[in-house]
Amino acid sequence: MKTVAIARYGAGNVRSVELAVRRLGADVTDDLERADLAVLPGVGSARSAMDGLGAAADVLRERHQAGRPILGICLGLQLALDESEEDGGVAGLGIVPGRAVRLEAERVPRIGWAKVDPGGEAYWFAHSYEAVTDATVATSEGHAAVVEHGSFVGVQFHPEKSGAAGARFLEQCLSRA
Amino acid sequence: MPLPRLIPCLDVAGGRVVKGVRFRELRDVGDPVELGAAYSDGGADELVFLDISASLDDKAAAVDVAARVAEQVTIPFTFGGGIRSVEDATALLEAGADKISVNSAALARPELIEELARSLGSQAVVVAIDTEDGRVHSHSATRDAARDTVEWAKECEQRGAGELLVTSIDRDGTQDGYDLEQLAALRDAVSLPVIASGGAGNAQHVADALEVSQAALLASILHEDPERLVSLRVELKELGVCLR
Repeated sequence: MKTVAIARYGAGNVRSVELAVRRLGADVTDDLERADLAVLPGVGSARSAMDGLGAAADVLRERHQAGRPILGICLGLQLALDESEEDGGVAGLGIVPGRAVRLEAERVPRIGWAKVDPGGEAYWFAHSYEAVTDATVATSEGHAAVVEHGSFVGVQFHPEKSGAAGARFLEQCLSRA
Repeated sequence: MPLPRLIPCLDVAGGRVVKGVRFRELRDVGDPVELGAAYSDGGADELVFLDISASLDDKAAAVDVAARVAEQVTIPFTFGGGIRSVEDATALLEAGADKISVNSAALARPELIEELARSLGSQAVVVAIDTEDGRVHSHSATRDAARDTVEWAKECEQRGAGELLVTSIDRDGTQDGYDLEQLAALRDAVSLPVIASGGAGNAQHVADALEVSQAALLASILHEDPERLVSLRVELKELGVCLR
């Protein structure tokens, strides 16, 4: 059985992520260092999230250097970058080269199901900022949707809220971990 | 733009889905988890649960419903009704809701929108606006809140709302079609996503609403029947609406 640890920093959607990985048969632990997969969830603002991460920030950086899998979700992806322009500028974890910038879209926040290419599968998004990084491997309507850098995979959408498609994505993350 | 969304709305009270005429004669029509899961299977893009009792006694019941829904339903859902503080909202999000919706409490104290957006992020904050003849109404549409609908929508956006759920009171339950004029005025006034509510009677009405807004709330048109959602989706696709 794969073990999953979720970085807790006061984000609202921890329970949804926990329920989603449990549904797939994973065991949820508090051991961010040793779990097969570490998840950096994300809802809220960049500054309060970075403040809330505290010591977990170093654990995540070390995990990445050691080549151990990390999944960043939504704000969790943006936190992994060098910096975010949210809240007047916030330093990120620096795991992935790049920055989070205010989303340029017809309607902001960008909320709803949108296709991700390559693949063409639709997932649920809810964001006002987006990642700008060379590590982008899939996009959705021109916005970074999946980012990969070493053992870090970041997704702008919410797999834990994307029905069957989201469950399949999480299952892949677990099987690779 | 993300795909247009169909959002079934379930009224809940005391932990059950209820149906009533103008908030009276409430009838128990099912379990929120079962009905929510069935709508999810039927192709719903999101769900909205509105606690229409929203008394102090029911706060714990509302959090319990959100927690139970999150266990079974893997699409996003919004919870509204009786939320007056960041604490109320946080409890619902921690239980597994993705967004909360505020209405009368935001009209009474508009700073609440800022507090919620700062703490939860704008994407989690829906402001519900009940409108008739271009005016906002509060307290389950029983009082004129002395505000212009478009002006209030703009203020909500400035204060950090992430989405507007706009119900046309005079259309609600009539199945005569959405108030397209009002929705178009709001589309032009704000750059937030708008969820249209009130008046859906057939697929064409829903298709028309999705031309001027990003999502359609579906209440009486579904009659608490997930099969109706399945057939509605087929009819909408035949009308050329691009759904998930």
